[in-house]
Amino acid sequence: MTTRFINNDVKPESHSRLFWLISDSWVLAKRSIRHITRNLDQLFSVALFPIMFFLLFRYVFGGAIDTGSISYVNFLVAGIFVQMLAFGANYTTMNLAIDLQRGIVNRFKSLPISRSALLIGHVGADLVRNMMTGLIVIGVSFLVGFEPVAGVIDWILIFILAALFSLAISWISAVMGLIVKSIEAAQWTGFIVIFPLTFVSSAFVPTETMPYALRLFAENQPLTHVIEAIRSWLVGTPVGDSGWLAFAWCIGIIVVTVPTASWLFKRQTLR
Amino acid sequence: MLFESAYLITRFGKMNNKSKKDVNEQMLSGTTGADDVAVSVKGLRKSFKNVTVLDGIDFDIQKGTVLALLGPNGAGKTTTVHILSTLLLPDSGSIKINNFDVVKQVNKVRSLIGLTGQYAALDEYLTARENLQMIGRLYRLSHKDIGRRTDELLELFDLVHASNRAVKTYSGGMRRRLDLAVSLIASPPILFLDEPTTGLDPQSRLIMWDIVKHLVSGGTTVLLTTQDMDEADHLANKIIVMNGGKIIAEGTSEELKLLVGSERLEITVINEEDFERAATIIQEENLRIEKSSKKLSFATKGGVHQLKQVLSQLDEAKIEVENISFHSPTMDDVFLTLTGHMTNTEDAGSKEDGVMIH
Ligand SMILES: Nc1ncnc2c1ncn2[C@@H]1O[C@H](COP(=O)(O)OP(=O)(O)O)[C@@H](O)[C@H]1O
Ligand SMILES: [Mg+2]
Repeated sequence: MTTRFINNDVKPESHSRLFWLISDSWVLAKRSIRHITRNLDQLFSVALFPIMFFLLFRYVFGGAIDTGSISYVNFLVAGIFVQMLAFGANYTTMNLAIDLQRGIVNRFKSLPISRSALLIGHVGADLVRNMMTGLIVIGVSFLVGFEPVAGVIDWILIFILAALFSLAISWISAVMGLIVKSIEAAQWTGFIVIFPLTFVSSAFVPTETMPYALRLFAENQPLTHVIEAIRSWLVGTPVGDSGWLAFAWCIGIIVVTVPTASWLFKRQTLR
Repeated sequence: MLFESAYLITRFGKMNNKSKKDVNEQMLSGTTGADDVAVSVKGLRKSFKNVTVLDGIDFDIQKGTVLALLGPNGAGKTTTVHILSTLLLPDSGSIKINNFDVVKQVNKVRSLIGLTGQYAALDEYLTARENLQMIGRLYRLSHKDIGRRTDELLELFDLVHASNRAVKTYSGGMRRRLDLAVSLIASPPILFLDEPTTGLDPQSRLIMWDIVKHLVSGGTTVLLTTQDMDEADHLANKIIVMNGGKIIAEGTSEELKLLVGSERLEITVINEEDFERAATIIQEENLRIEKSSKKLSFATKGGVHQLKQVLSQLDEAKIEVENISFHSPTMDDVFLTLTGHMTNTEDAGSKEDGVMIH
């Protein structure tokens, strides 16, 4: 036996802290991205969920919903699009909770890695997953009669806001994943928080028909602003203040949740 | 190739104990100084809420040797390992790894140790290769070193054929091996192994033993925990017996065996009525009786004479014997001798069982 287990010439590289934060995050994001393609559950929900929801609303409820001057399918795309991004973020909650419950967290804890790398990794993978979902939603929408008027600039704006929104909601999910005590609870939080937010909004119906209190909430919550902004760029509906409010909400959420999640994570993995 | 020799060594005698003895002699002859201590634990205490889990633990591990923490479930083995590997803070005590303090010099300590926990710390969806590469990069090794180490470790741990398969398809033995391989990616000089063979089939267990021996022959210092006296006997230079957060005995396996008897002779009688009589006829020290299974056992020096004598005594008393066997002392034997009761209380219902008669 000539090979040695101990190689004294194995030495860590030395780089700046920022370099390692990016490197560690990338390594862990790569891990989570691999999970997407190797876990059939995830792959199914990324691909099938949006298609199912789309067809359901388009053909089952669509006929009974009055969206005024624009066709229901043109109204619906922005709503489904944003809802699917919000649903996707639940994976951050789930995957983080799973990591924290399993033995692998001990391995990560005993490594000299950057504190927030695991969080950034999960959120980053969410972003990739959401990009895939977003493309599927848009792709399917063309098959069922969607006729956007968006120009190049509109598409770029949509892309930027979608990415920002995905990050914002993933960081909220990260905070939830760090608070819940079990994997089952992680599954529930998504529904308790994200379901009401997506349905009590302008995603599927114009808010005018809702009772006053509900309408007040629906018209002022961030998801509606994001939906209204994207809808206006897609099909030219009036945008009002929703454009800048959507960006403001997303950035505001990120500014609050990133340090909160990092602090919670630090506390959780404290010895 | 590595593992073929393992069977011979572990099954047929203790050929490799030669090197173990050398180390022991070196330890005893006092030629070791403070620089030779890899792990030093003094006055370690830990409680969770109001429950004291570690109640003053002291030990040293000499560089290049193996220390086994032997104890039943709940003895405090995992807690000790977690404190030594910087996952938990001690309440009090001084713990040093290569003279670095585990509380104050965490990063120094982390760069010196590898930990293979009681439960596998692997990513189920990644392949063996990807697991090794991921942890290698998180240890900040260069891509070149990672590539070389990954190939080396896959080969040494006999995982090359499965290296591109997701870990979730692995058997228990393969997982343990990969888990250990991952802990070794950065070549740590000190290794903590928490129950590395619990739940493994006998063959995988022998493979793990062989790996540990090879690591030690390459200079690695190992702290391992186990519930298996046989394992501690095979691998460790020094054994610490733990119970209820305290050290209740320590020494080389030879010293512990002197205490417990190197082998035990176990006799099973056929008739239940004969059992009580047999227990009074056999005049051996450390006689242990288990009424429910009609078994009597005692420490023996392995002599044929002693066996003959006991059998003729039973024969004279017309007690029929169903089965006779020799076995090496188990953890239960060790515990019974040291504490007077069994490690688990399953047999507590029938008071007769597990009682020592001197
Ligand atoms: N986080 C914890 N909180 C409360 N009690 C704990 C915790 N971890 C371990 N214990 C208790 O400490 C004792 C020792 O546990 P452990 O170190 O895991 O023993 P071993 O590894 O020897 O089986 C057990 O009684 C266990 O229930
Ligand atoms: Mg344990």
